[in-house]
Amino acid sequence: MKKELRVIGKPTPKLDANIRASGQAVFGHDLVLPNMLHGAILRAAHPSADIISIDTSEAEKLPGVVCVITADDVDVNNISYRRDHPILKKGEVNCIRDEIAAAAADTKAAALKALSLIKVKYRMKQGIFDPFEALKEDAPRINKFYADEENKNIAHAFHYQHGDLEAQKAKSAVMVKNRYILPRVTHCCMETCAITADYSKTEKRLTLYSVTQVPFLYQRDMAHALKMEPSNIRIIQTVIGGGFGSKLDMYPYEPICALLSIKIGRPVQILFSREEEFIASPTRQPMVMDLTTGADKEGRFTFREVNIIKDNGAYTSWGATTPFVMMQTFSSLYQVPACKFDSYAVYTNNVYAGSFRGYGNPQATFALERNIYLMAEELDMDKAEIRLLNANFQGETTGQGLIFSTCGHGEALKYVIDKSGYQSKKGNNGVGRYRRGIGLASMLHVGGGAKIYRSDGCGTTVKFDSFGYLTIITGSTEIGQGSETVLAMIASEELGISLDKIRVINTDTDVKPWDVGVHASRTSFVAGNSLLGAVNKLKEKISPRAAAMLKTTVDDLEYVNGLINSQKTGEAVKIDKVIRDIHFRAPNELCIESYYYEPGSEFQDKKYMGNVSGTYAFAAQAVEVEVDTYTGNVEVLDVYVAQDVGKVLNPLGLAGQIEGGVVMGMGYALIEEMKVDEGRILNPSFHDYKLPTACDIPEIHFYPIETNDPAGPYGAKGVGEAPLIPTPAAIANAVSDALGIKIDELPITPEKVLKAVQSGKSEKIN
Amino acid sequence: MNNNNFSKITFTINNRRMVKTISSSMLLIDLIRDEIGLKGTKPGCLEGECGACTVLIDGNPVNSCLYLAVNIDGKEVTTVEGLSQGDSLDPVQQALINHGGIQCGFCTPGMVMIIKSFQRECDEKAVKPDREQIKKAIEGNLCRCTGYTKIIEAVESLFP
Repeated sequence: MKKELRVIGKPTPKLDANIRASGQAVFGHDLVLPNMLHGAILRAAHPSADIISIDTSEAEKLPGVVCVITADDVDVNNISYRRDHPILKKGEVNCIRDEIAAAAADTKAAALKALSLIKVKYRMKQGIFDPFEALKEDAPRINKFYADEENKNIAHAFHYQHGDLEAQKAKSAVMVKNRYILPRVTHCCMETCAITADYSKTEKRLTLYSVTQVPFLYQRDMAHALKMEPSNIRIIQTVIGGGFGSKLDMYPYEPICALLSIKIGRPVQILFSREEEFIASPTRQPMVMDLTTGADKEGRFTFREVNIIKDNGAYTSWGATTPFVMMQTFSSLYQVPACKFDSYAVYTNNVYAGSFRGYGNPQATFALERNIYLMAEELDMDKAEIRLLNANFQGETTGQGLIFSTCGHGEALKYVIDKSGYQSKKGNNGVGRYRRGIGLASMLHVGGGAKIYRSDGCGTTVKFDSFGYLTIITGSTEIGQGSETVLAMIASEELGISLDKIRVINTDTDVKPWDVGVHASRTSFVAGNSLLGAVNKLKEKISPRAAAMLKTTVDDLEYVNGLINSQKTGEAVKIDKVIRDIHFRAPNELCIESYYYEPGSEFQDKKYMGNVSGTYAFAAQAVEVEVDTYTGNVEVLDVYVAQDVGKVLNPLGLAGQIEGGVVMGMGYALIEEMKVDEGRILNPSFHDYKLPTACDIPEIHFYPIETNDPAGPYGAKGVGEAPLIPTPAAIANAVSDALGIKIDELPITPEKVLKAVQSGKSEKIN
Repeated sequence: MNNNNFSKITFTINNRRMVKTISSSMLLIDLIRDEIGLKGTKPGCLEGECGACTVLIDGNPVNSCLYLAVNIDGKEVTTVEGLSQGDSLDPVQQALINHGGIQCGFCTPGMVMIIKSFQRECDEKAVKPDREQIKKAIEGNLCRCTGYTKIIEAVESLFP
């Protein structure tokens, strides 16, 4: 008989919400250490130039200034996974973010004043700001540190193929070829970048108070950069004011802050202004995608062929590896017998891109779902029907080798088609100024981690104190998504103790076991399974003693309400009494156990074949919009979301992820874009870079689909990135439905809509 | 005492009376965070666009990043730390917690303050706001995590 769940599945407010609501949470910006100095970074005045000279003498004389450094003052290694990124730039600058010098002073004002006194002489060069220009034979090499002789400006190429492309083309009744252009957008975490470095000259140890999402990889990268032993670097994560993938890489400001602290032997803090955040923190990859897709006359998909040019910017980040995820969508979202995927991350003198929630998937899904729309039009086929016909299914092994042990794709589609009233609303656009449209899109994403690093695991230690309170020490990281609460709920469920008796420790690399980091929607799945492993070991220790005390057998025991019960006799003993008995009676022991969980996924081979995740998440969205044909403004009215989450762990946290993701996707679809001219950011403020506000949000209708994946904790899959991924595609399809115009570009601004309507491209207006 | 660059001001913050001599160009957010050490008020943009630094002056919400600290002379400032009553949180804070309106929490102090002032305004007028009025009330406060829905539901719960 399946055990009834007491905690899992019940709406549970975040356990760490109280300190946030009351203003007590210590974010990176709030940390104050004794004797702390304030650092600031001088960046390039031009996106492409030789540095003739740097004169810091006036800056060093300024009262209050303690230290000024340039590349000449430090002995360091390059950073980034391509090791193509110098921390402080020497001899040349290649993008407007480039760090040239840094100052530490008693006050932030003095540090900033010092920067203004540094004299840098440049020799200007013509930069390359278009990746297609950078690919030309006569283009100069932009990044001299990553030497690929054949393709001098290609930072990372991916080539993937499955199936017989030509045979599938021959079978196709329809082929749609289209170019899609995706803009540069950025995370806009509400807290800007922050770091405090504290180097002890006596202990020769560096402590970093960081907002990283990947503390253990960060520790290793930092050690490589600074030529230190990783174990002499302790990472303490402050409360993190938003991540969304932006903190997956280490950026130069972090080792720079460490270098200042190491030079001086005092704590140094660097905090970004909002303008600096826009200029010097990562973006989503802008890209141009040429996609050709085919279907036979029944509407069955035959093949996909895609070529992607991504603007890498001047240096490489983990973001250059987004094709890992993008190729999954092209190879495996809906059944498709053949796929050819080529992508190139190309160096330019633009600001460099990073990783961002969805990891390339919103871009891939936009292109694919637009092409599906166009194929359905050409086949004169219903856009819901063509999707249902090709939907993924349970038991499917895709061309890439992804194994769908559970799959809620078809069910998700059916839900949103039904709940949104798709069939009665489609093509029913009204007359006059305001036209309505409805659009569909699906998505596939990793739902059980992603083995792109050598281990995709997470360690957990659980520790009972003598009073029956449990401490969970987890490798995983909380960035607001609610993982602390989900972990506490799992422990509460398994051990029968209330949530107020559970603490989660997750911020210190000296204390917590290894974890690859918070990304790939993996934390509930991987850290949840890891915790279950540790709790089971703990129960193996506690249960025999409890059984002896209750004069029964281990399988008769039930952990509930802080007690361990014998189900046969009804006798009970308090859990803390058993713990004390284990501790204070021979053979004396503490109730502490550790467990490391590694998902049963595969590290893909060189052809990118293999089952890269422990399980996969599926979703479908239907979006209804109203377009004002006089202004071009698109209002999103309703978003219907059905998502295969495996199992709902915390409905409150889950709904928050869905709503936050959809609204972020809406921003990407309609309003957000970093305007860049010759490598300079034109809109580095919330005044000119618009985020969705409360007044912009649609009604979001959410239908969780529980497929109970055997690999997930209680059957759960990852959820965090999924809700953002199909939203831009579904919005674009809805605008197309409303006006009969093609949408090949994001954001869908009023200007673009109006232009399409006025130029007569709309089939439904005029 | 007023000389060229410095001013002596007397004010109340979270029911505590204070006298400070400050630079005339000091921003209120810097007085609150750096001089007084109340770090609950958050710097999100320092240009009045995000609302994270919202505090109440004599009950009215202001962006403390756009407000000169000298102007609080003789006034009463309330920050997020001043809302809790004894050992319990303010109903606005509790509603945000219970309804899932907090994720990373960086916008939360500003949200709490803007909602508090909106609640008072509605109570004074004895009106129960509709969803659109609630959205309008918090429109100036940006949140990147929640998509606002849970925050709006939290505000609705304050007007049963």
